[in-house]
Amino acid sequence: MRLGSGAFAACCVVIEVLGVALFLRGFFPAPVRSSSRAEQRAEPAAPEPSAGASSNWTKLPPPLFKKVVIMLIDGLRDDFVFGSKGVKFMPYTTYLVEKGASHSFVAEAKLPTVTMPRIKALMTGSLPGFIDVVRNLNSPELLEDNVITQAKAAGKRIIFYGDETWVKLFPKHFVEYDGTTSFFVSDYTEVDDNVTRHLDKVLKRGDWDMLILHYLGLDHIGHVSGPSSPLIGHKLREMDSILMKIHTSLLSEERETLVPNLLVLCGDHGMSETGGHGASSMEELNTALILISSAFERKPGDIRRPKHVQQTDLAATLAIGLGLPIPGNSVGSLLFPTVEGRPVREQLRFLHLNAVQLSKLLQENVPSYEKEPGFEQFKMSERLHGNWIRLYLEENNSEVLFNLGAKVRRQYLDALRTLSLSLSRQVAQYDIYSMLVGTVVVLEVLSLLLLSIPEALSNKAELEVPLWSPVFSLLFYLTLLVLSALHVIVCTSAESSCYFCGLSWLTAGGVMVLVSALLCAVVSALAKTFGDGKFLSKNPAHPKPRWSELDVLILLGTMGHVLSLGASSFIEEEHQTWYFLINTLCLALCHEIYRNCLLRDDSEPQQCPHVEEEFIRTAAALQDRSTGCDTLEPHGVSRSLTSLDTLRGYEKWMVLASPWVILTCCRLLRSLNQTGVQWAHRPDLGHWLTSSDHKAELSVLTALSLIVIFALVQRKCSLTSKVALALGLLGVYCYRAAIGNVLFPWQRDSKDISKGVIEARFVHVFVLGILFTGTKDLLKSQVIATDVTIKTVGLWEIYSGLVLLAALLFRPHNLPVLVFSLLIQTIMTKFIWKPLRHDAAEITIMHYWFGQAFFYFQGNSNNIATVDISAGFVGLDTYIEVPAVFLTAFATFAGPVLWASHLVSFLSSETSSGSALSHACFCYALICSFPVSAYIILVTSLRYHLFIWSVFSPKLLYEGMHILITAAICVFFTAMDQTNTKA
Amino acid sequence: MKDTDIKRLLYTHLLCIFSIILSICIPSFFLENFSILETHLTWLCICSVFVTAVNLVLYLIVKPNASSKRSSISYKVTRFLKCCIYFLMSCFFFHVIFVLYGAPLIELVLETFLFAVILSTFTTVPCLCLLGPNIKAWLRVFSRNGVTSIWENSLQITTISSFIGTWLGAFPIPLDWERPWQIYLFIHERHTERQRHRQREKHRREPDVGLDR
Repeated sequence: MRLGSGAFAACCVVIEVLGVALFLRGFFPAPVRSSSRAEQRAEPAAPEPSAGASSNWTKLPPPLFKKVVIMLIDGLRDDFVFGSKGVKFMPYTTYLVEKGASHSFVAEAKLPTVTMPRIKALMTGSLPGFIDVVRNLNSPELLEDNVITQAKAAGKRIIFYGDETWVKLFPKHFVEYDGTTSFFVSDYTEVDDNVTRHLDKVLKRGDWDMLILHYLGLDHIGHVSGPSSPLIGHKLREMDSILMKIHTSLLSEERETLVPNLLVLCGDHGMSETGGHGASSMEELNTALILISSAFERKPGDIRRPKHVQQTDLAATLAIGLGLPIPGNSVGSLLFPTVEGRPVREQLRFLHLNAVQLSKLLQENVPSYEKEPGFEQFKMSERLHGNWIRLYLEENNSEVLFNLGAKVRRQYLDALRTLSLSLSRQVAQYDIYSMLVGTVVVLEVLSLLLLSIPEALSNKAELEVPLWSPVFSLLFYLTLLVLSALHVIVCTSAESSCYFCGLSWLTAGGVMVLVSALLCAVVSALAKTFGDGKFLSKNPAHPKPRWSELDVLILLGTMGHVLSLGASSFIEEEHQTWYFLINTLCLALCHEIYRNCLLRDDSEPQQCPHVEEEFIRTAAALQDRSTGCDTLEPHGVSRSLTSLDTLRGYEKWMVLASPWVILTCCRLLRSLNQTGVQWAHRPDLGHWLTSSDHKAELSVLTALSLIVIFALVQRKCSLTSKVALALGLLGVYCYRAAIGNVLFPWQRDSKDISKGVIEARFVHVFVLGILFTGTKDLLKSQVIATDVTIKTVGLWEIYSGLVLLAALLFRPHNLPVLVFSLLIQTIMTKFIWKPLRHDAAEITIMHYWFGQAFFYFQGNSNNIATVDISAGFVGLDTYIEVPAVFLTAFATFAGPVLWASHLVSFLSSETSSGSALSHACFCYALICSFPVSAYIILVTSLRYHLFIWSVFSPKLLYEGMHILITAAICVFFTAMDQTNTKA
Repeated sequence: MKDTDIKRLLYTHLLCIFSIILSICIPSFFLENFSILETHLTWLCICSVFVTAVNLVLYLIVKPNASSKRSSISYKVTRFLKCCIYFLMSCFFFHVIFVLYGAPLIELVLETFLFAVILSTFTTVPCLCLLGPNIKAWLRVFSRNGVTSIWENSLQITTISSFIGTWLGAFPIPLDWERPWQIYLFIHERHTERQRHRQREKHRREPDVGLDR
């Protein structure tokens, strides 16, 4: 079957996406849970061990506290309470921590430090898997055993105010609730007022047992202006006064009922130095946790340092405090200070319950649990505990009892610590089989792509895909047989759950057919290449291709980038790699330009006839091969000499200056957004612009950027889309003014901030309009098939529609990124690619490099925290999944997408050859799939690396998303190419 | 002729390497608290002075290219001044390139500039010594197949090696090993003295080995 190289590449990338998806599914396993937990809920509580004597304590102990108030402050880092900020802004809390009846802890959150997994960790005590981050956007109901469900089952009345995530996690659990949405990050007063306004009423009423408040404001301030902003102080003071209000109200109630209440102040995650969260710096991991109750006696002068504990410990403690069974998946251990005031027998009872729960979890998850030190310790303490109970029931000497009790307690605490540790370390197993299948698919596709390079980049841009012969070959059937046998063996013997085995037989069979067909294709391509290679080496007429410096640079740069993915620091600082590469690329282009210009001036007098002759020859060659430009063709001086000749004086100067202009642009952009990890805290222009003092500057910059965008884009548009573009850009400014990012010059007073839905929809309409016009032009060009210009205009209109959408979604301080991207594209087109006549492959790779660099110029990094989720809510009233995900993905990958669409419109307008687009598509597919494939192998080999969750996994998600977008781009390429060939 | 040239070439390169080593050893006798890492600025100055001096001396002694026919004093003076201007210009040019590569504009400006100076000493000074202030000749040497003598060949190799060495010197920037030599240099010139030195020596030796064959 003959296939155009573009279509071939698109198919390959689509298959690769399947492979990567399978790999991802295996790599991010469902967290291992204790089996059949839900059914065993009615299981009776473990009775007290009693070593012969009969104990009357077989039921769950009664609750320690009557009411529990959980005040969760989003992003409450430990030093906001225990550090200098706490002393300054939270006087009441500081008083409680230092002198009051309270226990304070520094609770360490686990990765990922994002709200939903942290709420789950707090309430279930388990460690949610990394994949929960991705599910964060539409949090499904929490089905695991957790404190809230237990409390509801026990008939407690729970009231909740705050982040809507809770309502989604625990639907129908609350007798009363008011959820606030957390996605309008720029709002930090109203979200909290919405919570506080209910407080007075609720505190007066006595008809509840558990009150949960989740305050979002602090985290929003962090996202907008960072942890050192003065707004933080105000917010902390507000939180302090709320805490005081709750505490006094609880105290006054206690005076009447004489039963202690519990007030928990905690944070879900911390806040990094830049104000975000999601990664694993100390500031993000360490949160404050304070338990306040009159039951916690304190002698005067008893100074307690906040102890370091795990965040998961809270679930067990809450369960004990409320007299509930400890959630089955909890890996936390009881915070012992909370029960210190109880009699020894009760203390031991609580510790025993917790230890039994942990050891049960261990038994279900570790096959060789009997050898675990924690389990042995637990058994020993249980025995000692039994002895102690017997002595106690026999009413022995109190001093002996006390000493033995202290010993048992110590034993239990040790056992709990060890159990908890070994359980947390029990990371969910990787699903190696699915990963392997995915990797094999990806690698086969990559080798197929690599093997078909010479054929795909030839003039015809067509290649023979050996598709039918392998299907009937013996190798195919043998492979299929072996694979099926393997599948049966693996799936029947596997102990842990395996996604690929869980698939239906038909799907799994399809994948296996695909794998073996690809294998046969690779083998036959290999055979063909070697056969051809022998033939070519016999043929002396075929010259060895000479590589220009640019080609060497491109090759080495790609290789170097791929290799650098093996080091965690290089992944964290990947932007540096790309900035470095495009700088070098610009210098190499500069070198090429100067050599061509200056040397030609130099040699012209002597070698005039020679040049003339060469000119004629090249022109003739160009005419001959008007259908294709060949990468294997030696290019260099002779190619560019002729083209630079034709330039007039001023244009020549522009050509000479253009690399420097581009370099300067890149340098400016680099200081706009500091990204990465090591230098992310350094001051940058972006922060300067977004701070509220510089609103006027930001407004001017935004307006200027929008004007420049219009000026740069409108050149090649039709009149209709010009008008639409202008109105759309105007709408963008109105939108930004409506949500309060920028100012109108005539509107000095701050008017109320709205969501700007109408303005944003106004722009959306124009975006759709422009895209529609472009599509219409493309269809027209396909049907009429007379005019190439219609198609060019259509492509450019699609491109400008995307630019408009990007302008809407980019945060205002990022608009210069868009401007510079357009500017660089214009300069490169006019003064570099056209005069120097690079071939399609080189242009494609340059586009790809710049696209990658602009991905980071936007402020993105290989860290989930930098994804701008607010882009998904532009023009939407509420969270609607499909458009929100689409908009967020587009806003994040705007750089690569815009450069790729520019590539399409440039190539189809520029080259006379029909194969340029297929070449470009092939190169794009190849250069995108190369890093992905290499990265998959790297990640597989590094899967027990310390930074696998914090560094490698987010990058893997980014790569997966990138290959998906690449597939979409390649399909678009191919569609354009098809219309081209038909025309 | 060729053998003697190769021998002389070898000696000049050895002398250059020796001068770099000297620039590490000698100042510790005169200056207190001298070490490459802590007083890197001083060392950079000393090193570039040493290398320049050695290059000039070698040029005067060896005289690889037959000196021009006109040898009036005024001609020599203008030539020398021109060389100085070229050298300064190359320093500023490199500085601009480093800033474009991401070195901070204001802070650490002295480090950046000294780095530009030392790169110029390793690249521009030999060019000036060998070819004189003649841009056309430079372009000829650094374009393909433009080399005429073994001296120019060596010049081409060492200069390009220096550039590549500097370029590769940016490699350890993102690594968070927190070594002392990583601390004080920023974006581009996280490239370290030690590193550069090692590369220098390596690159200096390579051409010699190649030519001795």
